[in-house]
Amino acid sequence: MKKFVLPALLVTLLAACSSTGTFDQAGGTAVEDRSTGAPGVATVTAPSMAGSGIAALTDPNNILSKRSVFFDFDQFVIKPEARPLVEAHARFLVQNPQMKMLIQGNTDELGSREYNLALGQKRADAVRQALTLLGAKESQIESVSLGEEKPRCGESNESCFAQNRRGDMLYSGEF
Amino acid sequence: MNILFSRFRLLLAATVATLSWAAHAQLSIEITGAGATRFPVAIPLFENEGSLPRGITDVVRADLERSGLFSLVDMGLVTLPATAVPDLAGVRARGADAVLAGSLYPQADGRYDVRFRLFDTQKQTELGGLSLRMTPAQNRATAHRIADFVYEKLTGQPGYFATRIAYVVKSGPRYELQIADADGMNAQTALASREPIISPAWAPDGQRLAYVSFEAKKPVVYVHTLATGQRQVVANFKGSNSAPTWAPDGQRLAVVLTKDGQSQLYVLNADGSGLRRMATSPGIDTEPAWSPDGEWIYFSSDRGGSAQIYRIPASGGSAQRVTFEGNYNVTPRLSPDGRSLAFITRNNGRFQVAVMDLATRQTTILTDSSRDESPSFAPNGRMILYATESGGRGVLAAVSSDGRVKQRLSVQAADVREPSWGPLTR
Repeated sequence: MKKFVLPALLVTLLAACSSTGTFDQAGGTAVEDRSTGAPGVATVTAPSMAGSGIAALTDPNNILSKRSVFFDFDQFVIKPEARPLVEAHARFLVQNPQMKMLIQGNTDELGSREYNLALGQKRADAVRQALTLLGAKESQIESVSLGEEKPRCGESNESCFAQNRRGDMLYSGEF
Repeated sequence: MNILFSRFRLLLAATVATLSWAAHAQLSIEITGAGATRFPVAIPLFENEGSLPRGITDVVRADLERSGLFSLVDMGLVTLPATAVPDLAGVRARGADAVLAGSLYPQADGRYDVRFRLFDTQKQTELGGLSLRMTPAQNRATAHRIADFVYEKLTGQPGYFATRIAYVVKSGPRYELQIADADGMNAQTALASREPIISPAWAPDGQRLAYVSFEAKKPVVYVHTLATGQRQVVANFKGSNSAPTWAPDGQRLAVVLTKDGQSQLYVLNADGSGLRRMATSPGIDTEPAWSPDGEWIYFSSDRGGSAQIYRIPASGGSAQRVTFEGNYNVTPRLSPDGRSLAFITRNNGRFQVAVMDLATRQTTILTDSSRDESPSFAPNGRMILYATESGGRGVLAAVSSDGRVKQRLSVQAADVREPSWGPLTR
């Protein structure tokens, strides 16, 4: 079983470029040099996650391999058809108290990114509340939002938007 | 070191045919509208400018033209040295109400003294002059300083050509937070990631950016020092951390956290310490923006049932509703003088940039596009940079605060979004 590890926020300096000039002031005001990157902009590459799944949770014949709860437009309540899935994951969390879950709420792309981040949080919170009502512990679950940033479907039409209005459940080792 | 050398080819569709821009530009700028009356100005070649590998006055002309406030009077290959008063009547006869005379003086160390004087051809007076020292590679930075000088002398407002902009480019699975000069040139990548980056916000010092990165599979707020690449996590609480905005003092940030429930407003120090909750609402509070005088924090909220803009005293207190028309008004951004508010309004299903005069509460929609986001004022308040969509791709656009001047900035084969206009740092 994978241990729950939060990503270390390692920063890789690819290039610390600076050729900040100090200029002779005689004869005029020195011009700030941006042409060669000074006061420069050093490029940093963010680390990417090497997530790995857990066999029991990725078996396509197991309901636990399904991770997405879908929502209607402008809605933040879990639909009846999603109940069996939520119940199965609640049971798994109860039976595996060492497991942690990250719930990522998502929205369609219409409107402000930050406002959508807040709306996605409402969806993640709805899934979290359903799981805790079914016995999972608050300390096992973190609900966060990806807003409109990680669409499953990239086209601008309603069937696509419907796939993007969802909450995804990730387990320890997958995030 | 220019990391992104030659990454994109320049596509210049400006009305200015005389520009000779460097080939490694990332953003191309298209002028799609100009002011009704434009001030005619002549910027002839500087004396000895031909000895530089890349020019200065072509960049000055492009800056002024792009502002939409000036028309350029062609002076051909005439040069007017800074040492003598030019034939102002002759320049006036060509139609220019002002003219810039300048000279370059090579120095023993390879640098140049650039001296210039601006003249009013109607009053036959000198409006002022400056001397700058530059290396040949600093031609653009020098030109932006000169354009700022001309702009300020002729409009009475500070220029914004020597400022920088931040924005996010998405190409395939790769996200880059880029910093460019206000004309889209000199783009450099501050952060590259395989996860989204949103909401860059310039610190008042122009040296640091706060933003939200999803590299930890959740939104976390960072403060990033551009020159060194040093990054600090300032908000990584349980739940989501987003929407950073700087207090005018540069010491504090407002952020949105979900650690206590739904998205709510908090203030903390720029090093992440001293967390304090600003407001408690039963719904969403997000997108905080400090007023320039530091007195108010504007934000969007659904506390009244629909997404509207409110404000709350920065010292604490009760919220006041600011927008009342329509059912989706978000992303409040104050003008630098604090007198007007830019925001995004949904208008018959279209998301557009609007500006409200805070004294009269009169609102004007400035754009005719339908997917506008993230308005950001130029430091002098004249232009508003925002993100929109064109041809299925994210592009940046700018509109003057009176709606007359319009520009589009795009990167080929990539989505550009989340613009933020940096401060004046002189």
